[in-house]
Amino acid sequence: MAETAEGVIGKDVARIDGARKVTGAASYGSDFALPDQTYAFLVTSTIARGRIRHIDETAARRVPGVIGIYTHRDIAGKVKAGKLMADGGYLGTSIQPLTSPDILHDGQIVAVVIGESFESAREGAYRLDVAYERQPASASFDDASVETVAASEASKTHEDPKVGDAETAFQQAALRIDVSYSTPTQHHNPIELFTTLCHWSDGKLTVWESSQNVWGYKYGLAEQLGIDPNDIRVLSPFIGGAFGSRGSLTPRTAIIAEIARQLGRPVKLVPTRDQGFTIATYRAETRHHVKLGATPDGKLVSLSHEAWEVTSRPDNYMVSGTKATTRLYQCPNIYSKVSITHADRNTPGFMRSPPELPYLFALESAMDELAVATGIDPIELRRINDTQVEPIKGLPYTSRSLMACFDAGAKAFGWHERNPKPGAMRDGDWLVGWGCASTMYPTAVAPAAAKVRLMPDGKAIVQTAAHDIGTGAYTVIGQVAAERLGLPLANIEVQIGDSDLPPAPVAGGSNTTASVCNVVAKACDRLRQQLFQQSNAASATDISGMPLDAVLNDLPKDGIEAYAENLPHGTTQEGIGKLYHGHSMLAGGSELKDRIQFAFGAEFVELRIHRLTKEIRCSRLIGAFACGRIVNPRTARSQLMGGLIWGLSSALHEETEIDQASARYYNDDLAEYLIPVNADVREVEVIFVPEEDKAINDLGIKGLGELGNVGTNAAVANAVYHATGFRIRDLPIRLEDLLAVES
Amino acid sequence: MYPFGYQRIDTPQALKAAQQRQRGEADKAVSYLAGGTTLLDLMKLGTLAPAEILDINGLAHDYGDISWADDELRLGALVRMSAAADHPRIRSDFPVIAQSLDLAASPQIRNMASLGGNVLQRTRCNYFRQTGWTACNKRQPGSGCAAMEGVNRKHAILGVSDHCIAAYPGDFGQALVALEARVDILGFHGTRTLPFHQLHLAPGSEPERETVLLPGELITGFHVPIGPWTRRSLYLKIRDRESYEFALVSAAVAMHLDDNVIRDVRIALGGVATKPWRAHEAEQQLIGRRPDLPAFEAASKVAFAAAVTRPGNRYKVDLGQQTLTRALLQLAEMEV
Repeated sequence: MAETAEGVIGKDVARIDGARKVTGAASYGSDFALPDQTYAFLVTSTIARGRIRHIDETAARRVPGVIGIYTHRDIAGKVKAGKLMADGGYLGTSIQPLTSPDILHDGQIVAVVIGESFESAREGAYRLDVAYERQPASASFDDASVETVAASEASKTHEDPKVGDAETAFQQAALRIDVSYSTPTQHHNPIELFTTLCHWSDGKLTVWESSQNVWGYKYGLAEQLGIDPNDIRVLSPFIGGAFGSRGSLTPRTAIIAEIARQLGRPVKLVPTRDQGFTIATYRAETRHHVKLGATPDGKLVSLSHEAWEVTSRPDNYMVSGTKATTRLYQCPNIYSKVSITHADRNTPGFMRSPPELPYLFALESAMDELAVATGIDPIELRRINDTQVEPIKGLPYTSRSLMACFDAGAKAFGWHERNPKPGAMRDGDWLVGWGCASTMYPTAVAPAAAKVRLMPDGKAIVQTAAHDIGTGAYTVIGQVAAERLGLPLANIEVQIGDSDLPPAPVAGGSNTTASVCNVVAKACDRLRQQLFQQSNAASATDISGMPLDAVLNDLPKDGIEAYAENLPHGTTQEGIGKLYHGHSMLAGGSELKDRIQFAFGAEFVELRIHRLTKEIRCSRLIGAFACGRIVNPRTARSQLMGGLIWGLSSALHEETEIDQASARYYNDDLAEYLIPVNADVREVEVIFVPEEDKAINDLGIKGLGELGNVGTNAAVANAVYHATGFRIRDLPIRLEDLLAVES
Repeated sequence: MYPFGYQRIDTPQALKAAQQRQRGEADKAVSYLAGGTTLLDLMKLGTLAPAEILDINGLAHDYGDISWADDELRLGALVRMSAAADHPRIRSDFPVIAQSLDLAASPQIRNMASLGGNVLQRTRCNYFRQTGWTACNKRQPGSGCAAMEGVNRKHAILGVSDHCIAAYPGDFGQALVALEARVDILGFHGTRTLPFHQLHLAPGSEPERETVLLPGELITGFHVPIGPWTRRSLYLKIRDRESYEFALVSAAVAMHLDDNVIRDVRIALGGVATKPWRAHEAEQQLIGRRPDLPAFEAASKVAFAAAVTRPGNRYKVDLGQQTLTRALLQLAEMEV
């Protein structure tokens, strides 16, 4: 063992699964195939509200190769609806298709056609004749028949953070900003479609499906299908993009499992891109009313954030980003209120930075408006209102390096050269705009379990049912094990994405690195302890630096094993029980009693806007982030860079358009649902601001997967203002918005 | 996708035989396949369901050349978009053609798609493309038009009717219409040649009829006249992102500038019309005038005088005018 393993944590190493990915050896959900498998194709509703009146199967059954058609007549009573994760369940919606003829949203599954080939199933699906009894459907906020309720009424656990008397302070403030903003509907559109492969053998079900929550899927499916969770295995070794869309179970999986059970053959579902818009979740549109009161020198005296979110008819899904926006700046008087609007839509769900992306757009735009009103530089305005103690309960941040991020970002960007006058910076026919904004994301850590086995040949296997959603989880887990065991990284085999492994939490809330690395470190430490105690090679008190070589020869042929569970700060023993039932007890953010945990960053955007045609192009994106200990700068940088690009996308490109009359999604393909192409992303720079946080968890890790894409939308809008003098408060910002204000 | 018959056509004789067969089966939907970049998409969606596909890629020997005469450029219908866009002489002598092709689609699609197929590309109106929408006069004559009161940000404002506002999606077609190209069409009775601007039909009361092509007729090539305006030509495409997107507005423009006077000018507009759109009145405004901003702005206003808008696409009048003004300013400054 010539190589030293010291310092593997924090090292810029390539992904240990990289070669498998680029050579095609890594298998994603629909890459798996079984002998005798059948193919499913979904038929989805073309109305958003009503009932199935009649299904004529004649023409579909005539298609050669079609072997089954499953509708509510076959599935009702066999598959139970589940509860939302927020309500203690495992699903992203309580609407379970095929349990009745009722239609509650556009694109609801109304039938599944099974064929001997994908092509026969598809043709059968196209030939299935479904007649509906159509009822008027409401699409969004402005429809007459929607129902809006306060979040505090809809949910027992919801809190609207408040302190002091915001309204009086606002009325008395020398400077007042009173503005409204909105963000659009957005869909994750992971490149890997929402595929499922189900196989039964001896009463046991195996599911191959890309999942951010394999233990949650196992328990959720058991409930829905009425079987023992121990008879279910969910496999998800590689994931072709998730972004939250695979965190909660979707109704399709139990349906495909049930069909496979009835059929007695494996069933593989590959839905279409447009079906992905309605059979999974999405980011719902939001509206915001922000009021800021400040002294002439920029000190906030009042902050009020009222917001509205769309959800489905039956579910109270909400993101409630006021948890973050009421705690970003020091302010003695704060008011917030969240309401949800029930419309005839599928239930929204987690999408990368679910609360922070829309809510910080509003606050960070309003802060820029306050900067303009006070004549104070936007960075200085944030410095004036910076704090190390959150203003609602007076709890200390475990660490907060917001201004260090602004300073590092401003230096790299050249912010001091900015002429603050709107429209003053030009490049030929292009108006140049510079904008900035804060980003923040809660650091949550969850109970997790892991097993480590060390073999006599000096190789180790790490097992935990964690998930690599493209983030580099395989690699960072391997790095932690290598360092803590004292082995080269090449000797570590990481096994994740399998519900037969020790349970790990949902890959959500950016908790995986912190949750899983800490428990893997614990298991490794335990293993070394066992090893040296057994071998008597050293005193049990000081084994951390001991090389393994001396003791490997004494190991039994199948090695030795250690198992560990970890209860992070703020969790209770109950969290371990929940972990073994597929529930993740995420603790952190603003939910703790004694402290507050967030990662911070500062983002800078340079735009060019054509003086005549107003198309908006981004020439530079810089983000400076302080997120505790960076386990792998390469994968971390990649995530933050991707986040910045998605932030740009959320500002200028992405919007799911809804046909108002029918409450149906219109642009449900990647030609019309825009994301940036390479030519839209010119220069992206990620800066790590060093930050040591020993309190937050043993390894000092903060999550960063969802930090990068927050605030970018506001920085873009602020840059649009700087370039043109026009404030666009509704996303996405399009050229017609600038043409309209000018004419 | 539905099952279909497939036949490879490798010789003009085989094509003639296939066309003869089609005359006998007038009701049978037959599609020619070249690059397949539109056809395959729409067949997968179930929007198009031809009973038979005639793969004409084997005719490249006959219809796949770029050639030159003294007075014109000839483009075979089976020339791939990328081949025309990369051709050095097209780039120097017909910048508007090269640019209209370069700015379309993605490199992969441009390597596949043929010029003949390109001009026949179907609209991107999703009410047409997705069969789940019931009201589409183009797909289902008489069923209505969901776009009228629906999502219509990208729809047309010129050449529209009460039956259809779907925009023509192509780019190359605008270049051809601006340059007064002619198109060769091979049918059972032989070849006919039409001015390109006569190929496409505005929707009127029959939006399902998009071109004058008769069943079995095949576009075999294009003739583009060389004129004193062809070198001073360009294509300006305005869209929400930098690449791989259809135009919100585009302008194909060419100008003969002599002694700082506009002797001749050609203007075609894309993204805003139901077919490749020639702005004759705007051209008339400019002939004989000096190439300056007031002239260009006045002409741009005229070009959109007949616009009929919906709430979602009202901005296209303003954007269209700005786009055309910008294109003309750039054109006047071009070094030729």
